[in-house]
This record gives sequence, C-alpha cells and structure tokens, in this order.
Amino acid sequence: MTGRRNTDPAWLRGMTMRRMSRRDLFKAGGVGAGALSLGAILAACGGGGDSSAGTSSGAIDWSAKPAGTLDFANWPLYIDKEKVDGQLVRPSLLQFTDQNDIEVNYREVIQGNATFFGKIQPQLAAGKSTGYDLMVITNGETLTRLLALDYVVELPTDMRPNFDKYAAPSVKDPAYDPGNKFTMAWQSGLTGIAWDPKQIAELRPDNPTITSMNDLFDPVFAGKVGMFGDNADMPNLTLLGMGIDPTTSTVDDWNAAAEKLTAQRDDGIVRQYYEQNYINALSNGDVAIAMGWSGDIFQTNLSGDSEGLQFTVPTEGAIIWTDNMMIPKGAAHPVDAMTYMDYVYDPDVAGQMAQWINYITPVPDSKAFVMGLYQDTGDEYYKNVAESPLVYPTPEDQAKLHTYRVLTEDEQLEWNGIFQPIYQS
Amino acid sequence: MADQGKPSLEDLVESSVTALGGGVAPQRLASRRKRLVPYGLAAPSVFWLLVFFLIPTIYMGFISLGSGYLGDIKFGLNFSNYVDVLKTYDTQFIRSVVYALIVTFLALCIAYPLAYWIALYGGRRKNVFILLILLPFFVSFVIRTVQWQFILADNGIIFGPLKNLGLLSENFHVLSTPIAVIAGITYNFLPFTALPLYVALERLDPRLLEAGRDLYANKVTTFLKVVWPLSLPGVFAAFLLTFVPAVGDYVNSQVLGGPKTTMIGQIIQNLFQVNFDYPHGAALSFILMAFLLIGASLYAKVLGTEAVTSAAGR
Repeated sequence: MTGRRNTDPAWLRGMTMRRMSRRDLFKAGGVGAGALSLGAILAACGGGGDSSAGTSSGAIDWSAKPAGTLDFANWPLYIDKEKVDGQLVRPSLLQFTDQNDIEVNYREVIQGNATFFGKIQPQLAAGKSTGYDLMVITNGETLTRLLALDYVVELPTDMRPNFDKYAAPSVKDPAYDPGNKFTMAWQSGLTGIAWDPKQIAELRPDNPTITSMNDLFDPVFAGKVGMFGDNADMPNLTLLGMGIDPTTSTVDDWNAAAEKLTAQRDDGIVRQYYEQNYINALSNGDVAIAMGWSGDIFQTNLSGDSEGLQFTVPTEGAIIWTDNMMIPKGAAHPVDAMTYMDYVYDPDVAGQMAQWINYITPVPDSKAFVMGLYQDTGDEYYKNVAESPLVYPTPEDQAKLHTYRVLTEDEQLEWNGIFQPIYQS
Repeated sequence: MADQGKPSLEDLVESSVTALGGGVAPQRLASRRKRLVPYGLAAPSVFWLLVFFLIPTIYMGFISLGSGYLGDIKFGLNFSNYVDVLKTYDTQFIRSVVYALIVTFLALCIAYPLAYWIALYGGRRKNVFILLILLPFFVSFVIRTVQWQFILADNGIIFGPLKNLGLLSENFHVLSTPIAVIAGITYNFLPFTALPLYVALERLDPRLLEAGRDLYANKVTTFLKVVWPLSLPGVFAAFLLTFVPAVGDYVNSQVLGGPKTTMIGQIIQNLFQVNFDYPHGAALSFILMAFLLIGASLYAKVLGTEAVTSAAGR
C-alpha cells in the first residue's frame, strides 16, 4: 500500500461545505420513496453479471497488492454526498481513492435484500463473479441464506486494525456472524415507533405521549395504526412488546404474538401494512402511529416538511438491525474490498458518513469529528447529529435494544407460516 | 383467418406452379423461396418467444414440481405444491378474480362512451383525443399509482376539503380499502379497454346509422341492433386485455390496499422475492396462467371467435 497517508480530517471537513444534500434529496425523494422498491422490482432485469473469471473461491491471496478497483453495491441514499462546484461527489470515497489508489465504482443497486439476492444468486451458484466486490445486506433471512449457501468470502482477521480498535461492541461478534468471520457492519438502525404528536393529541387527549408498544394496539387509534408488513420487524418488535426477547422466543411465543397481531388486524386497528412508505402515510395523516425506522424520522424531522414527527424507543425495548458489508464469492478485487471495509472504521471517515446517513454509526468515536464540523461551521445541524441518541445511542438506550431472532431454515419456514398470513391477508 | 372462398397466397403459388405443368427448375426454386417467406418473416418473433417465453416457461414448470429454496432447489415431482398453494391462497385467488371482473366491467362502462364519442364525433381531432388517453402511459405505472395515494389521502386534495366542510366524517377513508384498489386498477388499465373499443367503433360505417334511421329505428334500437353488435369484437378484445393483466396485478393492492385486499400477484411476488420459495411461487403462477388460458378460451368459445378474428383481419 504505497503512498498511504494518514486520514486528514481537515480535508474531509473541507469537502463538507454545505450539508444540505441529504435533506434536499430526502425532500425531493419523499414522493418516490415508496415507489423505490416497486420500481426496482419492475425494472429488475439487469444482469450486472460480469462473467470475467474472478478469484477462485477459497484461495484468495490477501497479501497481494490491491488491484486498484472496487465495485461496490449499496442501497440508495446510504453514503455521504456533497455538491462541489455543482457536481455531486462522495467525499469519503474520494478520500479513499486518494489514499489507496483504488477507484470505486459505487452503485446504488440494492433496493431490497431478497430482490438483490435473487439477482446475484445465479452467478453465485455458478461460481462466477457477481460483478461486485462488496455488498451491503441486512442481518436476517437473506444474510443467513447467503452464509448457509457459502456465498460469502471469509475475511482475514489481521487486516482490520481500525475495526478492532474502533468498532462498537454492539457490532462486534454479532449473533448472526460470530467473530465477524464474514461481515463487518456498515450502519445500524432501530425499529421502534414513529408517531405524529398532533394526531395523537387529538385522538387521545388525556395521554398524548407514545411510550409503549401497547400504544400500537390501543383501540383509540383504530384505523390509524401502521404496521410493517414483513417477516422481520413486525414479528420481532411485537414479541419484544410482549416482554419476550425474540432471540430466545419459542414457537408458543410466536403463536401468541400472531394471535395478538391477528386480533389487532381484525378489530380494525391496523390501517395498513407498510413496506417502507409509512412516512408518507404519517405525513398525510393516514396513520397517526406506526412502526418505523430511526434514521427516517431523523431526516424527516430535519427536512421540516412534517415537523414534529417523533421516534420513540418503547419502554419494552426496540429492535436494532445492522446492514453488513461483505465480499461475495468470486469477487474480482477482494483485497480492495477488505481495504475499504477497514477504511470506513476510521473515526473521521465514520463521522463524515454518520453526519449524512443519520443511522447508527458502528464507530462511537466518530462523534468528535461531527462535533468538529459544528465548531468549524457553527451549523446547529451537526450538533443535533452528534447529540442525537438515534445516531449515537446512550448506554441506557443500548440496554433496551434487542436483535432479530436468528432462524434456521426449518424455523424460518414455521415462522413465516405463522406471521406471513397476518399481513398477506 | 382467410375466408373459404378466397384462395390463399400459398394456393395461388401452388396453382400457378401446377398451371405451368410442374415448371422448370428455377421456377420451382423461386416458388420454394416464396413458400419460405412467411417463415422467414415470422422467424424473429418465433425466436423471441422461444427464448423469452417458451424456455423460461418450461424451466418454471420444472421448478414448480421441485422443492427447496433459491440456492438449493431440488427437482422432483412434487405435485403437492399445486395443492398446497391452492389451499393456502384460495381467498386471495378468488378475490383477484372478483376484483378483476369488477374492474373490467367498470372500465368497459367508462371506456365505451368515451371510445364511441371519439370514434363518431371526434372529427379531425380524433388523434389528439387518442393521444390524451395514452398520455398517462408516459409516466411510469408505479408513479401513477403512488399519485393516487396522494389523491385519495385521508386529508388529501379530495377528502380534506370535504371533511373540513363536515360533509364526511373524520374517520372516512378510501385508501387501504378494496375501493381504492379497484379504482386504481381501473384507472391504470383504462387505455387497454378504450383502444380496442375505439378501433372497433372507428370502423363503423356511419351510413349504417343513417340506414337504421331510414328504417325507422330510434336511437336506442339503432345502437342495440347496429352499433353494439358491430363493436362486439372490440368489446371482446377489451375484456381480455383488461381482465387478464388485472387479475395478476400486484402494484395497486400493494400501494393502495390495506388489510384483506391482498391479490394473487402480490402473493406470487412474495413467494419469489421474500420467501425464496420458487417451487411454490412457480406452481401458483402456473395455476394462474392455466386459469386465464382456460378462462379465455372458454370465453372465446362462448362468444365465438369468428366475428373477432374476421374483424381483426380486416
């Protein structure tokens, strides 16, 4: 790694001149946000399959020099962006290229874990390159499947000094990937309750604050409750609300949760099961309270178009999920990918990304960088980010966070059979 | 389909060859080449269908009898897949057919007067009106559906003012109900209904209407005895073009629907893309396809295809 310089916070900070892009983008993208996943499905026919022979699986020479290219597949709106001279650039990637002589082909091609898996699976099964060296997948069914099918490259443990030093305890040695043998966290987020104080005050004047999971089941809000229509967030958070830790739950617990959810639906409490467009529904007043993700509310709050939307970690606890970086088998440039995976654990880089992404950063020490931005620019925004428990959760919050249940294939089948009919009614 | 009386191109070639008493070699070659022309013209589309329809369909047929999940699907003869999905998703299947029937009926009711008016009274601006019908197609299907979410929102541009005026109760909502789903599908497929109707009505000879009047038929009788029968091929085509995609639609119920509005297309989508359960997803797709094929051919048989194909062949 010739010509490697130390990270220069001033350089990154210089790039961050006007931190508006994410907010602007979110505002503009508000309408399309719900359509994103659908659009992806309808357009899903691109075969990004680069059949050029990658490294044969299992025999990666990690001591080799980086090839100088990194093909990175990520989700939309999930990395820092700035407008420099009228052009959108990604500062953290620019700096990476600058320091390591590795060009990054950054592509926002992941719209859903399962759909992306469906797209690359044929190449993985054939032992060919997917065309990507790095991809980001949420812990859950898809990740479990990827690991079970042996589609992910095992990582060298001696090539991630930043990770060893700075990674938050919550992303080290996770249950879904013991010892981080295959994955390293990109960002985490919370699933909790999103709500609109104005509507809640109208509907329940005597108790206008949302604190508990039971509020999602309160008949006062009949027809104004939004739930996630999925096999991960809805069941896990509901179990948590019942005082059951999902990770140690039994089939009886699942059935009890399903019963509760079915009653909630049949009593007309649920307005709709959402994939991800619950924010629009909250803003439009279709629902007053919904299951939600922390980062979304943070952005909506700041964008000001629906002032006052709140995100609450219920007293019973919230779910913390993690999007993970990993190298798919057959990747042409694994060393470059590994270099990058450790690079993002540099606290300054992590801070630069966190101030834009607004989900939970895996590097708590990055807070100093964000506060530095506040001191440099005087922009209150950075202070809000640095002090937000949604980006830097407090230890008390951390104690209330639980992860998804990791399911075996047979368990997953049973689980899906229990929970899917609720929202697929 | 050619009328019995008229000789086909092939017959003509054949007879001319016979008339020449077998002909000499170059002529025979020429005739053979001529005979190959139709196949040559059809080749691109045959190839297209073979590669992008027939082969995937056969492959999905195999998968529908397999077991396991994407990544390790084992081939077999699990006909129980078909029984499983029918048993599990019968509600959604029936619901989709019912929704699609309502949609088709509504779309015909809306599109027929529209097409009739454009065809008979559109005058020089006919093409402009047709363009207006097609205009929504310039916007993506999904975006159009999402726009309906805004139009129908509880406090949106329609229901918001009505609620403020006290004409509707605070809790009134259309979004997340079957009405929203049916309205959305009707809107999205209306051009598919209107165009075949227009084509059929546009061919209508206005002198036939005059003739009807000359024979002392009133307007209603003229319509029932002249216009409607002559437009039947259009109605037939419009029905198929609307009903078939409407049954399988999965966008509207997802975007505009709520609890208990799930349609079969959504289930198939989830089986493939959420559960990775390709065998059951493929089995359900095949059931849907078979249902539509059998339904369409029965429908064609009952209504008779002759009128339709002869109209289409004109």
